[in-house]
Amino acid sequence: MFSNLVKKWFILPVAVLLVTVIAVAGCPGSSGSSGSFKIIGSNTVEPLSVVWAEEFMKAHTEVSIAVSGPGSGVGIAALIDGTTDVAQASRQIKSAEIEQAQANGVEPYEIQVATDALSAVVNPANPVSELTIAQLSAIYTNQITNWREVGGNDAPIVAISRDTNSGTHVFFKEHVVQMAGLPTADKTLEYGSKVLFLPSTKEGVDEVAKNPNAIFYPGLGYVTDEVKPLAIKKTADTPGVLPSVATALDGSYPIARPLLYYTNGQPTGAIKDFINYCLSAEGQAKVTEVGYVPLQ
Amino acid sequence: MLGQKAAFATAEASPDKGLRRRWRIGEKFIEGWVFLTGLLAIVVLLGIIALLLKEGLPTFLYTPPWEFFFGTKWYPVSEPPTFGIMPFFVSTLWVTLVATAISVPLGIACAAYLAEVAPDKVRETVKPIIELLAGIPSVVMGFIGLMLLSPLVQSAFNLNTGLCGLSAGIMLALMSLPIIVSVSEDALRAVPDQFRQASYALGATKWETIRHVCIPGALSGITAAVMLGVGRAIGETMTVLMVAGGALAVPMSPTEPMMPMTSAIASGIGNAVRGGLQYQALFAIGLILFILTLAVNGLADRVLERQKRKFAR
Repeated sequence: MFSNLVKKWFILPVAVLLVTVIAVAGCPGSSGSSGSFKIIGSNTVEPLSVVWAEEFMKAHTEVSIAVSGPGSGVGIAALIDGTTDVAQASRQIKSAEIEQAQANGVEPYEIQVATDALSAVVNPANPVSELTIAQLSAIYTNQITNWREVGGNDAPIVAISRDTNSGTHVFFKEHVVQMAGLPTADKTLEYGSKVLFLPSTKEGVDEVAKNPNAIFYPGLGYVTDEVKPLAIKKTADTPGVLPSVATALDGSYPIARPLLYYTNGQPTGAIKDFINYCLSAEGQAKVTEVGYVPLQ
Repeated sequence: MLGQKAAFATAEASPDKGLRRRWRIGEKFIEGWVFLTGLLAIVVLLGIIALLLKEGLPTFLYTPPWEFFFGTKWYPVSEPPTFGIMPFFVSTLWVTLVATAISVPLGIACAAYLAEVAPDKVRETVKPIIELLAGIPSVVMGFIGLMLLSPLVQSAFNLNTGLCGLSAGIMLALMSLPIIVSVSEDALRAVPDQFRQASYALGATKWETIRHVCIPGALSGITAAVMLGVGRAIGETMTVLMVAGGALAVPMSPTEPMMPMTSAIASGIGNAVRGGLQYQALFAIGLILFILTLAVNGLADRVLERQKRKFAR
């Protein structure tokens, strides 16, 4: 009878203790040296990180890497909150985010791992084959709403964008919608209210493949045969340049951008080994395979 | 049941006081445990409300409530950010309206068939299948909407894009259908058989009996079913995120791309730094959504209670 009672009052605390221990053991933060870490962030960088992580884990079986790509903003927010080890990003960290990170005791350390040629794609049935950055800006601010105005069919334009989680969303807004670096630059321009905001790059490419009136801006790695990339003209007088590894490398493609990793301080341990692999000749060869532009 | 009673009787009759005391302690312990689990649900609910209030209310210091509710510009990552949720609120209304307009007539008709017309065998096979529909993960429904429904809607209504409130509403109708059918069918079957027999005795046909006796008799239950279905449609996230299109304009018709409140939260929260302006604004949307679904579910509960009392006599 006594033992029965003891059993009852004993099992509960033991169970609670066990659950706590398991929960703590499963928590991140103790990683780095333990050989398991997370990469969270850009949907654009995700396919590249996945390939690198798979190759790296083949060679280093004791390391496990988890990659997810909800968006650059998500990755940077996770780095600030301490819930990821590496943030992958297709845009630079903002000064406001650096301040937030420092307030949380996180010191963002930037590493460029590849370059991307941000492509504007349309349906193959669309006769339009080149646009200036100013025209793209007008399309995404809803000032131009018919393909006829840019030399196409008499059909409404369905402008598709990524949602605000996306680094591509922010990069495109600054460099195309607001035309940063051009004489016509205007910091007050915003995406028009008719623009569709989709949760993933894949979904945008799929919609363009189905919809003859749609336009979208995926990273070069997401461009498939089902969509047609447009030649981009910096201004009306310069020649149109198609996005490719070559044109991004020689600097002639106007909307190329860095793909970045952010860590908390200089990387150490398994993360350092992984990033060294990414930057090696072998790792950079994978960049071309995935469809992005290697660093050299 | 019987065995338990017998055991109880012997324990009661037993002269062994120790055994009886032990039995009582065990009983007390279980009683306390059940009480605690009951309490847990309430504590969690209060915790959620407290969290929503704590994280969401500060947003009104930055954006006055009036501008927050009726503002039409949502630029959370701009400098300075602006937060106006009118487009999300109107989108939620449109999507829910479409879902309700489709699922309610279909659901009630289906429930009437199952409860009043179908032979037992058909009912016993069909009802579980319909209830199975409720178990399909919402991301799968989103996928179906994206791949199958949106091209159909686009060509049928000659739209610029099939990713719009109408497609999302149709998918939501499919998702709230099982709840509506299941609860209304239960309500219809709770209508006492004497009512039907009296109606037949007066010479009414089957349709007249369903139309004028069964459905009015079960009306409060059916209303509750509709409310539960509406609650499901308001709160659904993944499907609308994938299918509704996500444009930030205040939609003037359901055929426009739109972003309901749930998608706005889901597509923004990952990017929001804890405690930041966007984070607070998203929690404020969550608070509004919570109040909305709570009101709908509370109303459904009240109506269901009335239905129970009606037939308790």
